[in-house]
Amino acid sequence: MISFEMPEKVQHTVNLMTMVAENMMRPVARHYDDHEHEIPWDYINFMHDAAKQMGGGSFVPGSEKPRKEQAGDKPKPPPIGYQRLAYTAEILSWGDAGMYLCTPAGMLGAAAVAATGTPEQKQRFLTRFGGDKPVFDAMALTESHAGSAMPAEVRTSAVRDGEAWVLNGEKIFVTAGHKALVESQGFIVVWATIDPAAGRAGVRPFVIEAGTPGCQVTKLEHKLGIRASDTASVVLQDCRIPFENILGSPEVEKKTTEGFKGAMATFDASRPLVAASALGVARATLERLKELLEARGLVIRYGLPRSRLTNLERTD
Amino acid sequence: MYGFEPTDEQNMLIDAVRRYAEKDLRAAGHDADEAGEFPPGLIEKGWELGVLQASIPEAYGGFGERSAVTGVLAAEEMAWGDMAAALAVMTPATYAMPLLLAGTEEQKRNLLPPVIEGEWQPYTAAFIEPDFDFYAGEMRTQAMPSNGGYKLTGTKAMVPYADQAQGLIVYAACEGRTQAFVVPAQAVGMRVEGREALLGLGALPLFRVQLEDVEVTGDSRLGGAQGHDPNPLLAAASVAVAGLAVGLSRGALEYAIAYTKDRIVFGTPVAQKQSIAFGLAEMSIEIEAIRLLVWEAAWLLDAGKDASRAAYLALTGAGDMAMMVTDRAVQYLGGHGYIREHPVERWMRNGRGVPAFPGLAMV
Repeated sequence: MISFEMPEKVQHTVNLMTMVAENMMRPVARHYDDHEHEIPWDYINFMHDAAKQMGGGSFVPGSEKPRKEQAGDKPKPPPIGYQRLAYTAEILSWGDAGMYLCTPAGMLGAAAVAATGTPEQKQRFLTRFGGDKPVFDAMALTESHAGSAMPAEVRTSAVRDGEAWVLNGEKIFVTAGHKALVESQGFIVVWATIDPAAGRAGVRPFVIEAGTPGCQVTKLEHKLGIRASDTASVVLQDCRIPFENILGSPEVEKKTTEGFKGAMATFDASRPLVAASALGVARATLERLKELLEARGLVIRYGLPRSRLTNLERTD
Repeated sequence: MYGFEPTDEQNMLIDAVRRYAEKDLRAAGHDADEAGEFPPGLIEKGWELGVLQASIPEAYGGFGERSAVTGVLAAEEMAWGDMAAALAVMTPATYAMPLLLAGTEEQKRNLLPPVIEGEWQPYTAAFIEPDFDFYAGEMRTQAMPSNGGYKLTGTKAMVPYADQAQGLIVYAACEGRTQAFVVPAQAVGMRVEGREALLGLGALPLFRVQLEDVEVTGDSRLGGAQGHDPNPLLAAASVAVAGLAVGLSRGALEYAIAYTKDRIVFGTPVAQKQSIAFGLAEMSIEIEAIRLLVWEAAWLLDAGKDASRAAYLALTGAGDMAMMVTDRAVQYLGGHGYIREHPVERWMRNGRGVPAFPGLAMV
């Protein structure tokens, strides 16, 4: 059934997040834009506490269907749906797109775990978002030689050494990489190849947790916009992680493209949210423009033929 | 006779400006934008190239005659280096050129030599007003006749170096026409407010200026009691900014071409992808076309013909061109275009303002 009726639960979230955007984001957004790399902790801590009260967990649903509760589990609310997530991304971006990306709620890295991880891995990596302190995650895919051609051209390597993987390479443009690795007990999901000769069939996602030796944030970018959100370079130098931190199959013999598909599934999950974020920014802009024009006595008229509209009215 | 070849003299000037743009302006652009100020000596060095001085006759302290064509040639090269610095170097021109074009003999003899002879000094102009519907032909700032002189009242935006101005040209509506007035520094009733925080031009100090019953004498009005035809001034302001936009955009195009030729994606340089190659070609077409419009408008000014229409077309086209070209340059660098280490995002921020910049430069 096609319907544009907003579910009550989503409406409730939107109302709540609108208050957050108006009161916690708008008043300080300019400050954080002017002070690049300063972290909006007030907003982060508030969102963390609010999320815990609402049941906690990752922004990203752990799986498509609600998991069956096991005996002894505390009753949990169902995972947050993507619909609610998209509205949340929109309204928080309406508040400030940079601060929105600082939300400690499991974003791109969590999406990769959700898309490609085993139930055990989801348990291990995604439950931390409901802990005492805010936790961040990040996705490390882009390398300096390739962005849109990823993950087919991954050069970062992962070599098996007994019960460990040893990773080497450099990732750039890791959104929230600094907060995930330095400012919290978070993790990043690194896309690396276990067989460079196998092309994209050799590419796998690996989870690297904060504090892992050999994994270092080396640079924070200065950007045109979205300045409240850090964009990090991460260098992996003989970085050893447990064998079970590989997401999906460790087998390359199968010539599987599972890793590649996993990356694409992550994008499938995150791209609509990026679009929702753009909607929020655009809506904020249009609303502000109309306010400013109205303050100047110019009210947009509707229903007139184009020949009677001003250019501003046509484009507004 | 049609011609698209600069003269030898113009070529020499272009070369000198290009060296300055390449060695000095390009090197300083990023840090100046971040710091909000130019390094010491940068603007003075640009002034010493003598672009404005060569436009002013000897009788008024200069060593040449006004050529808008030469002016736009120099403007293109300088903005190729850095738009903000180009505007800073040209700021005294926004004071001197209106005097030269519309001043009485007495005004020119008295007021031009102090600006032209010697070092760069913050002589400036207050043109733009802070309204979305600002129209240079109908200023909201008013000049009311009073005691044989005028009282100026209104709000001006984006006035370069207003905080240290040694003199200003203020544009105001007077008896139904836009007229230019000479206002001395520290005029009573003139208040320089805080520095403007803008999307681009980070290094150029621009200020909001309030005028409240600022009294100026009758001979402050350019052209004297009868005033002057404002159209050549408005045309010269539009043409200057359009010329700057051509240089800025050419720089962005060159950068995008170099990057996309170098950057390999899916086995081939990005520049060889048709969507990129066609886009680069369109950028090139726009720049070449607008340059011809700018040259034609400048030529009309020099020929003493009505340049209003050509200047309007040049500026309107230049605004669209600069926004398109600089935005695409950012896009064609992919994610790297968003990083401030590359200059294209700064050029995009500067290019975005082109439609609003007339009044900040003059040829």
